[in-house]
Amino acid sequence: MNIETNVIKVGIADLNIVKSPNHIRTSGLGSCVGLIIFDKHNEIAGLAHIMLPDSSLANKGSFNQAKYADTAIPLLIHRLTMAGARSRALLAKMAGGAQMFQFQNTNDMMRIGPRNIEAIKKQLHEYNIPLISEDVGGNSGRTIEFDPVSCELTIRTVNKGTKVI
Amino acid sequence: MDYINRFTTEHLDVLKEVGNIGASHSATALSKLLNKKIEMTVPDVKVVSFNELMEWVGGPEVVIASVFFRIDGDIPGSLFFILGIDQAERFIKQLIDDDLFSFRHSSNDELGLSAFQELGNILTGSYLTSLSDFTKLNLFPSVPALSIDMFGAVISHGLVELSHVSDYAIIIDTAIREEDQLENESVKGHFFLLPDLDSFKKLFTALGMSDEY
Repeated sequence: MNIETNVIKVGIADLNIVKSPNHIRTSGLGSCVGLIIFDKHNEIAGLAHIMLPDSSLANKGSFNQAKYADTAIPLLIHRLTMAGARSRALLAKMAGGAQMFQFQNTNDMMRIGPRNIEAIKKQLHEYNIPLISEDVGGNSGRTIEFDPVSCELTIRTVNKGTKVI
Repeated sequence: MDYINRFTTEHLDVLKEVGNIGASHSATALSKLLNKKIEMTVPDVKVVSFNELMEWVGGPEVVIASVFFRIDGDIPGSLFFILGIDQAERFIKQLIDDDLFSFRHSSNDELGLSAFQELGNILTGSYLTSLSDFTKLNLFPSVPALSIDMFGAVISHGLVELSHVSDYAIIIDTAIREEDQLENESVKGHFFLLPDLDSFKKLFTALGMSDEY
């Protein structure tokens, strides 16, 4: 029997969830971080393409919660548990947070990758979700794809090839 | 509703003129440097969501060669000079007079990379100088930074400042093309100007537009 695998694509500042046999993918991560939260037993995974660490500077009222680490993570957890994931079983992997351009004097804007990574780790800690592997920093763009069955995160870069974490 | 989405056609036309002034000087400079005819398109100015921008030159995964400048001064923003890999290699081969240069085989070729960075520097320098002359605004570009990587990863760097306050960007895109360039090459040369949100008011005022919209 042939089970067709669809790949759900997640855009920048967006998030979505996927169930087996489908995969979930986001392309062209630079300083943004692709965060995967998954429940291995139920074969459900969510991916958030996070742009910024913190929503406190965002417009009051409605704003895109998937854009910020502090709002994307609760939203992703909510979506996952609504879809049948057990909140205590959740694990996380992440990739991204690169510095695409090298500058001598690095101001806050240039350090956005590391700040995203820090903010995500803090949130995961708060929600008690173990981060079991990561491929962050450096200066390469990344495209990532996650398979909720094997729970492997495949990371493709232009200059450094492909790896699986 | 985003502030950017309230711009009228007239506002977008003024921004087209900005792209026109900047890039026409750059195209002339490039033409002189390479001693060949360079064609320039009418600037494309659009209000785009971040995802639309990621798809702009053929998707977030297309590999491009880019030089990035952060602009400070009266109208802060980001300026990218972007070339398809093949086109960048052709330009570099000609500039350093080395037919063997290739990004794939000699990624550590410092001379070629530095030539590309300098090319970006000259072109964006003339872009910004002509824009500054025309608007009488002060523009200070940062040191150029080079990246050869996925388009999405590169261009999203220019959205960081904007993304704090908006989910949309205004892209001022002027494409350049060599006279004898193949039609089917996926990525042409581009100048991307991505002004920060606060810059638009000053830009419009400097160009004689009312800033009420």
